Amino acid sequence: MRKHFSTYIENIADKYDDIVFVTGDLGYNALETVAAKLGSRFINAGVAEQNMIGVAAGLASQGYRVICYSIAPFVVYRCLEQIRNDVCFHNLPVYIVGNGGGYHYGVLGSSHHALEDIATLSGLPNMHCYAPAFVEDMNTCLDDMIAAGRPAYMRLGIGKNLPGDMSLTSFGAATVPNSNARLTVIAQCPVINNALAALKDNPNKPYIDVFAVNKMPLVELPAAIADSIKTTKNILVIEEHIAIGGLASAVSLAVHERSMAVNKFTSLRAEGYPNGLYGNQAYHQQVCGLDEGNILKVINSYF
Amino acid sequence: MEHSQLQGKLRKKILDINYPVGGGHLGCALSCIDIMISIVLHKAAGDTFILSKGHAGSAMYALLNETGEITDEVLKTFYKNATTLSAHPAALKYPSIPFATGSLGHGLPLAAGIAKANKLKANTATSYVLMSDGETNEGTSWEGAHFAVANKLDNLFVIIDKNGLQGFGNLTDVLGDTASAKVWEAMGFDVVEADGHDIPNILALKNELLNRKNGKPKLFIANTVKGKGIAYMENKLEWHYLSMNEAQYNEALKSIETTYGI
Repeated sequence: MRKHFSTYIENIADKYDDIVFVTGDLGYNALETVAAKLGSRFINAGVAEQNMIGVAAGLASQGYRVICYSIAPFVVYRCLEQIRNDVCFHNLPVYIVGNGGGYHYGVLGSSHHALEDIATLSGLPNMHCYAPAFVEDMNTCLDDMIAAGRPAYMRLGIGKNLPGDMSLTSFGAATVPNSNARLTVIAQCPVINNALAALKDNPNKPYIDVFAVNKMPLVELPAAIADSIKTTKNILVIEEHIAIGGLASAVSLAVHERSMAVNKFTSLRAEGYPNGLYGNQAYHQQVCGLDEGNILKVINSYF
Repeated sequence: MEHSQLQGKLRKKILDINYPVGGGHLGCALSCIDIMISIVLHKAAGDTFILSKGHAGSAMYALLNETGEITDEVLKTFYKNATTLSAHPAALKYPSIPFATGSLGHGLPLAAGIAKANKLKANTATSYVLMSDGETNEGTSWEGAHFAVANKLDNLFVIIDKNGLQGFGNLTDVLGDTASAKVWEAMGFDVVEADGHDIPNILALKNELLNRKNGKPKLFIANTVKGKGIAYMENKLEWHYLSMNEAQYNEALKSIETTYGI
């Protein structure tokens, strides 16, 4: 997604001459061409994320749309107060782009993981979080983020292409509505690909609706998801993020507020470091039950 | 109006709005009101001013009441329920308050961002920011300072209200003199240190500094007295927080009359 993101910015640089790109000293072997394209509108603010966000808010107050780039944990946790007070309180077009959502940076360790980024940011006033799952819905997220001109955060990971049996929607992506469905799977970010792999060749696949949700907070439960839940009464939420303040709690709230009948609700989510050990992204996904094998097991438990 | 009369008038206004509601941070507002008169009332069109020491909000409100941006009626709502005038300035309420402040260490990066925007646009406006001396404890002061130097923001004008007293001790005792001219000069700022209550001198120094187009961000270290103008408050740490009782309010008014002749 990072490469795709940098190409996207290069492509819109001429159309949007009010875009300024600020990096927290990250982007080696990725942002060189963006820097060349933007010239003086590309700023390396150094290893100083709090200042980077404050500077971005100052730039935005003067009419610029400002992209702030770093790896996700550095640009979320370190400068939370700057994001809240300087950007969100003033509803400024500062677009925070964090690479490496979830356990993306794997064995680099917990400092480099972002398991609570959406929970941390999505409740801030005026903030819009984007959590694309595929390259294609990342494009729609970027279009929306750039054009909207309001505070935003985008979580990047390693995205694959949208599978042939899913289509883009206003909230992300979805399989074709199925009146015989018996399970509603709602997922966020590229970890959805583990679920899609689990479903491949699965005899229950025709009875499962799959949704990718790429915008948080979940202000409204999308009608297609609501309709699916009404049909299936069974929900499985999958996210490489903690459940609290993430997709699972958002779906749970939405379902309860609508007094929807649910037989079974399962949340598969990032669990931190339950065994105190570290490894690559796939390792952490497995420890938390976000791997293909466990997802398959959970899906089959519904049938 | 003579400077001394305005200095007295605005001090009285600060006391008048704080006394009925039990407002505090009086010493902080009184130490920087003369700087604010010098900057806010004398800035050019397009210039911006950020009160980074948001706890001196009542000084900003008194000043904006003087300019007419805040009416007498609104000023009376200060610190009360359903007001636009919270003790620390709120967001998006008044054109002359571009950013909500109150948590220290935000103003310098914001002002640096504005200065950078002015550079990108080849706009000659000046970006002013007023910080407290205690605020220079914040790491963002150092991040922002280095950013300003690296980006050659000589259109950034920083003022440090150096009254020597921070929240719970003397500036020099808590973390050492983080508002030291030597330190800021060493980082690459163009620094002038002078009396922060002498308005004609501040105006002259301001112009002198801004005329030095040397690629260096500007810093005016304003040596001030916390509680300036109210004899019993001067240089007293407790007036960072306390509110006045009736006797103290009356004594403060007399003190202003004596000092400023109003």
